[in-house]
Amino acid sequence: MISVKLPTLLRAHAGGEPQVQVEGATLGEALATLGERYPDLVRSIRGEDGALHRHVNVYVNGEDVRYLGALETPLGDGDTVAILPSVAGG
Amino acid sequence: MTFTEDQVRRYARHILLPHIGGEGQRKLTEASAVVIGAGGLGSPAAMYLAAAGVGRIGLVDFDAVDVSNLQRQLLHDTSDVGRPKVESGRDRLLALNPTIEVETYRTPLTSANAFDILGPYDVVVDGTDNFPVRYLANDASQMLGKPLIYGSIYQFEGQASVFLPGEGNPCYRCLFPEPPPPGTVPNCAEAGVFGVLPGIVGSIQATEAIKVITGAGEPLVGRLLTFDALAMEFTTVKLRWDPDCPVCGKVPTVTELIDYDAFCGLAPGEAPPEAERAPEVPA
Repeated sequence: MISVKLPTLLRAHAGGEPQVQVEGATLGEALATLGERYPDLVRSIRGEDGALHRHVNVYVNGEDVRYLGALETPLGDGDTVAILPSVAGG
Repeated sequence: MTFTEDQVRRYARHILLPHIGGEGQRKLTEASAVVIGAGGLGSPAAMYLAAAGVGRIGLVDFDAVDVSNLQRQLLHDTSDVGRPKVESGRDRLLALNPTIEVETYRTPLTSANAFDILGPYDVVVDGTDNFPVRYLANDASQMLGKPLIYGSIYQFEGQASVFLPGEGNPCYRCLFPEPPPPGTVPNCAEAGVFGVLPGIVGSIQATEAIKVITGAGEPLVGRLLTFDALAMEFTTVKLRWDPDCPVCGKVPTVTELIDYDAFCGLAPGEAPPEAERAPEVPA
């Protein structure tokens, strides 16, 4: 199982949950599976073309997936995916 | 410089402190910092910098104090409602520490004034509340070679980092290459904000500004700190320099300041605004 930690900004798209569990061998697979349950959540992480938004960062075990292989980033049991959207409040 | 008797008493707890000491306190006293936004983040950031004796502090904000600000913006009092924030902010800072200088800029930060406002300071603290000014403050700080102390909040969560211009160090654009489409991220007025949250994140910004000025410890460079008040969790993730960054990358394509209203109005994937492309030379 892979844990996906959600920021407050996106929790409303996942029934208010701060964290959800998902399966998938890659980040792309995990997002596709997650999209079946929470389509709005995944739409806020990646665009119509499937690519990750440039204003939302995704980290696997603390490392930005842009430097790991983006959607091809391999995932394994116990990995943690964290979603970090750009926010501007001050 | 030698400290006056008042300074020795005022800064005694810093002068005694390992990593700061007399030398660090002297650096603080001789340093200057400009705080963009005299709101939730700017309040604790500016107050701690003033208390620490940072010799000259600039406050940038065009807004006036609203009663709804007082739940978190400790620079301002109930009696300040309706006053320009930079004026009540200056009063608060000078009441804390009358030995420093406070300069006020009651204006929005724009591409036309950013160099003039930020240029005379050693450190820039980003306490603004919108994407266009965050990108502008980043670009201007990078071009001026000034450290930018970043903080940002939403509801119960905050982020902080230090963007130190220099080879291999990331900037705000390396963190978030593009702003979200307009309307997708509500602001504090629309979404609410936990009053203590900017107190914590703004205090972290003051911490980092003081560390950058004094050279104490390891600044938050190449790392992004995130804070979740509900879970009471701090997390740090790696933040890498992007060699393709249009501002701090190997071949910068943004080499002059631009106003980001248009950029921030674009949907992801759309072409960048005219101003971001290389200027065409008329035939």
